[in-house]
Amino acid sequence: MSAVVTKNATAARNTDPADVPRYDVERVRREFPILATRVNGHSLAFLDSAASSQRPQPVIDAVVRYETTTHANVHRGVHWLSQRATDAFEAARTTVQRFIGAGSTREIIFTRGTTEGINLVAQCWGHANITAGDEILITAMEHHSNIVPWQMLRDATAAVLRVAPIDRRGELDLQQFTALLNSRTRLVAITHVSNSLGTVLPVQELTALVRARAPRALVLIDGAQAVAHMKVDVRSIDCDFYVFSGHKLYAPTGIGVLYGRESVLSAMPPWQGGGEMILTVSFEKSSWADLPAKFEAGTPNISGAIGLGAAIDWLSRVGIAQVHRHEQDLLVRATAALECIAGLRIIGTAAKKSSVISFVIDGIHAHDLGTIVDGDGVAIRTGHHCAMPVMTFFGLAATARASLACYTNDADINALVTALRHAQEVFG
Amino acid sequence: MDIKDLYRDVILDHNKRPRNFGRLIPCDSSADGHNPLCGDQLTVSVRLARDRISDVKFDGHGCAISVASASLMTEAAKGMDRAGFASLHSRIHSMLTDPELNPSAELGKLASLSGVRDFPARVKCASLCWRTLEAALQHSAQPVSTE
Repeated sequence: MSAVVTKNATAARNTDPADVPRYDVERVRREFPILATRVNGHSLAFLDSAASSQRPQPVIDAVVRYETTTHANVHRGVHWLSQRATDAFEAARTTVQRFIGAGSTREIIFTRGTTEGINLVAQCWGHANITAGDEILITAMEHHSNIVPWQMLRDATAAVLRVAPIDRRGELDLQQFTALLNSRTRLVAITHVSNSLGTVLPVQELTALVRARAPRALVLIDGAQAVAHMKVDVRSIDCDFYVFSGHKLYAPTGIGVLYGRESVLSAMPPWQGGGEMILTVSFEKSSWADLPAKFEAGTPNISGAIGLGAAIDWLSRVGIAQVHRHEQDLLVRATAALECIAGLRIIGTAAKKSSVISFVIDGIHAHDLGTIVDGDGVAIRTGHHCAMPVMTFFGLAATARASLACYTNDADINALVTALRHAQEVFG
Repeated sequence: MDIKDLYRDVILDHNKRPRNFGRLIPCDSSADGHNPLCGDQLTVSVRLARDRISDVKFDGHGCAISVASASLMTEAAKGMDRAGFASLHSRIHSMLTDPELNPSAELGKLASLSGVRDFPARVKCASLCWRTLEAALQHSAQPVSTE
């Protein structure tokens, strides 16, 4: 074993080990059946949870139970099954509301995922509120899904898209960010955690800055990489929109959440037209349903929402604070172990990071690394991570990225380090 | 499968010391190839003597498979006419994608690319430069051509 475990660094972070029961990662792992998979004759070391996490058995069971015993269309029928399905679907909405600290279930819109949530805001709020000369502010570390919808809105409205720069560590330049806020700023759309660098943005402080310096601006936060890793409270952050995906939160794909402040959502025009989102329809005029149905035209992803509710319940039982500490400790050990590899450089060295480690190795392209470690059973992401401007900033075409989750253990990190050394041997 | 089936010594050698690396200035035609999935980019430039490739170079950045494939391609393509290159391209395409096909001996060093067929995610890496040179040859009437 070539990985170095830095016990001191771990101890330094655990200031009160006596207060919190030990996190039993092996017990958590046993709940994820896919982790027993063998890949190319090796145990699977799944280090790609930032792309999509795996599902624990209780989530799989909840979806199967729904499909087996409960399915019917929601909000439609008077019959027994329809009522049961509606109850389960709306219970999931309540679970989400409590999980992120929203004031009401009227503020929880089910979407397909983060991308759809951002596009919904760009299209509904954006087209109703943004006019020529208005400014939209993002950061240089955004995922493409928090860049492109705003470019499309800019092009349609002649608004101005401003980008707050980052530094070589992957930290947001706070001075520049502050300087870019003004009375023309109408929207600030920022990530909570960078998917390519791991940087955690101080979203609460940034939102307060926006309130103070750009009184006409709303704040949207992309929480795709945050919700599974730290406690999120939308009312403490005081943002207007918070978006995330279920599939990075141990839930199925195709379900996500747009949180919107009720007063903002109420004033917005609906998104798609159709069933569910109407109050009355005649050929002359239709009127819209109340929140949240106004933004949920058509039959929703019912089993996905129930899976998401089950995932949040499961994560809450495990304890998001415990998961956070486990991942932070492991991040310190993994970073130290990777830094021992000659020629390896970590991209993204912010003071406050979440469960993402991007890196490059001298003389070996990220794609070659990805293929070789896969041969050893290690799953990592390689490429530009849908953050091409970040790659351009660091002068890279691609990085390799290992990402951690509640089930990641030291054996996964050791497997990665060993596999990377193997790649170096192959490349001589 | 053994990772050395993909990363054979010939591939690693051409990745480390790519042949015909750079840009021909002036050239009769050039084309850019781009793999938006990974951000790999290359430019292939050619000089033609009537219908024949008298010189060819490639420039850009990419993984070992894409660099080695481009390096091996430029060595093989020099001196070929358009029809000869098209025929070779078609044989290489079959080799990269058909797991049943044994690479024929006449492919020589190019046969070392055959390991790619066991790694479907990497076929595009190996084939990009070939499609790019093909594009450069088709647009040779124009001064500079891109995608």
